Amino acid sequence: MPDANEDPPDIEDALLRRGTRTAAPSAIRNGRDTLSVEVALTIFRQMLRTRALEERSIKMSKSGEAYFWIGGPGEEAFNVCLGLQINKGRGPAHDYLHLHYRNAGIVLAMGMPMIDHTRQLAMRWTDKHSRGRNFVGHYSIPDWNVVPVTSVIEVQFAMAPGTALVQKRHGLKNPTEAQGISVVVGGEAGTAEGDFESCLNWSTRPGMELPVLMLVTNNRYGISTDLDAVHAHRPVADRAIPYGVRHETIDGNDPVATWHGIDRAMRYCRRERKPFLLEATVSRLHGHSSSSGAQRNWNETDPLAAFEQKLIDSGAIDTNAVRALKDEAKLEADEAVVETMKEAEPTRDDVYAFTYAESEVDAVYPKDYTGLPGGCS
Amino acid sequence: MANMAQAVRMALHFGEKHLGVTDVFGEDVGPPLGGVFTATQGLRTAWNTPLDERGIIGTAMGIAYAGGRPVCEIQFCDYAFNVLDMFKIAGNQRWASGGGYDMPLVVMTPNGAGIRGSLYHSHSFESWASRLPGWKVVMPSNALDAYGLMLAAIKDPNPVLVLLPKALLRAKDTRLIPGEPADADELSRMIDAPVNDRAGWEPNWPELEEHIVKIGSAELVREGTFGTVISYGRPLPLCAQAADELAAHHHHTFDVIDLRSIFPYDWNMISKSVLKTGRVLIVNEDTEVTNFGEHLLRRVIDEHFYDLVVRPRTLMGKHVPGIGMNQNYELNSVPQLGDIRTALWDLATEAA
Repeated sequence: MPDANEDPPDIEDALLRRGTRTAAPSAIRNGRDTLSVEVALTIFRQMLRTRALEERSIKMSKSGEAYFWIGGPGEEAFNVCLGLQINKGRGPAHDYLHLHYRNAGIVLAMGMPMIDHTRQLAMRWTDKHSRGRNFVGHYSIPDWNVVPVTSVIEVQFAMAPGTALVQKRHGLKNPTEAQGISVVVGGEAGTAEGDFESCLNWSTRPGMELPVLMLVTNNRYGISTDLDAVHAHRPVADRAIPYGVRHETIDGNDPVATWHGIDRAMRYCRRERKPFLLEATVSRLHGHSSSSGAQRNWNETDPLAAFEQKLIDSGAIDTNAVRALKDEAKLEADEAVVETMKEAEPTRDDVYAFTYAESEVDAVYPKDYTGLPGGCS
Repeated sequence: MANMAQAVRMALHFGEKHLGVTDVFGEDVGPPLGGVFTATQGLRTAWNTPLDERGIIGTAMGIAYAGGRPVCEIQFCDYAFNVLDMFKIAGNQRWASGGGYDMPLVVMTPNGAGIRGSLYHSHSFESWASRLPGWKVVMPSNALDAYGLMLAAIKDPNPVLVLLPKALLRAKDTRLIPGEPADADELSRMIDAPVNDRAGWEPNWPELEEHIVKIGSAELVREGTFGTVISYGRPLPLCAQAADELAAHHHHTFDVIDLRSIFPYDWNMISKSVLKTGRVLIVNEDTEVTNFGEHLLRRVIDEHFYDLVVRPRTLMGKHVPGIGMNQNYELNSVPQLGDIRTALWDLATEAA
């Protein structure tokens, strides 16, 4: 077996994927669904960038540049297709994102620079998401309505109805701004928590149905526990049935199917102002996290390799162009890490910062937290 | 002359009208009931939720993220235990996001014993709440302070937990909330929903004025020299009464501090009084093991050990699994007037 995080063995040249077509195609297909070559190549490039960043991140966790890695290799197709279709911006006219910790591909596809990820991984003061306080992938981006990712499983599903409620009202008052939805993402294991059910319940109050796009990425594991050992053998999407919520299960490893599955669900939420539950089957290529070694699991379907083959087979891209894109993505990740490691870390003076917002009605902490009341800390 | 439930209701109305409150919600908070203690009757933005405390706090966080100003209720603090992790998250959002997101939400919940509430309508929550960094936690002991603290909680852009001593929710204040009619019956006719048919009923709100009790500001409700009593919430009026009795009958006078804010607490007032008296008693009704009062005791010892003339002490609820339905359980596990009077006497008379 090859080592983790490395390309498959030296026989790579022999495995170069060669297309047989001579003319470039106009579209990439999966059954009835098609993607234009332009969109397909955009998705492919963002998937490559995401993979390069995740593999570089795993190396950082092993090299001592960082302590802990968790992420989403194997979910690139799903994350990138989602990120590219977000109505990005600040405030209720735009989408709110309640993410979990495997969603680098979403924010990279939305335009976040790689260094904003590596700064958090390397626990720098320059980390915009958390000032070096949180695990990697725990993004917080106010300008894009990305609310802080929390390690606690599934709590984001209890919060999404709140942002969606504000969006629903905003749309009723401002019909030209009635497009914003609340996108909430979690794994299939987390659906065992009551918060998943809370989301379905609170999004379907009669007369106040909410535009919540509930997304479940099903990688079939909760850390080490097999889904089939602890859940009924039914699709997670079926949980929508008793609430009368529209639902679908898609192949989250196929970008063509995923793009259209997300598009259908999003259009429904945006237009009808009602919830949709979309389950996407995905892979987990490096296990749960660095705690379990983050070794590459070669038995799982790799959505990136499969899409690469599909694009080459269709003639949309050739192997030289693929290699160039991969080199470019790796270089981008390497440069982000080099720059990150030069930057300052938080200090003892930063421990209390950002606990409290300024308050004119607080006699003790009018500005921010300063230690125990009375100045003794 | 309003009672505490009416004071909360008027504060929430003021919040809706002047402070941008967008949602008042919780179980049975909206019409027709308007809250199990009537604290949310007649409010324009009040609505009923599913019976789901996690959904209540999660939704409040979502509304706050999206620019709303939510006030939500956990019907009894006894039912807040399944949202402890949501409380933790609400408290850490600003810190965790490096100042990226404020979390301007208010949670109110009835607290403590005293209404014959048996095991699950008698809990105290302030010691649990004091372990939630990022939150501010307040507990009024009278209607006027309830109004002032609720307005402060709404105005504060941080998460604020308002603990309402449920035994005092029906207690009338002798003072008037600014704008409140002087006649209590008139106020009742204006803002209390009729008991039977409420269809078509609308409250007739008085023209209320802003009255803020700053978070972190205690009130010295009695002044004296024989000792310092620190309390809040339900036992506070009992401490004041015991101090009055000992002053009248024995000329033993006490500083009685109504803390009003659990966190941040008014250390300056505590410190000043301890320096003056050298004798300290901390009284609350929460269970005694790892009680918030023990933290105050620790600070008194750390910073005033050599200023004390007798050992500092606490009077708290007994460490038992619950308050029993038979009144003998409560009378013998939660500090009562007699217990407080005895403790004050001992504090004042122990030889230095």
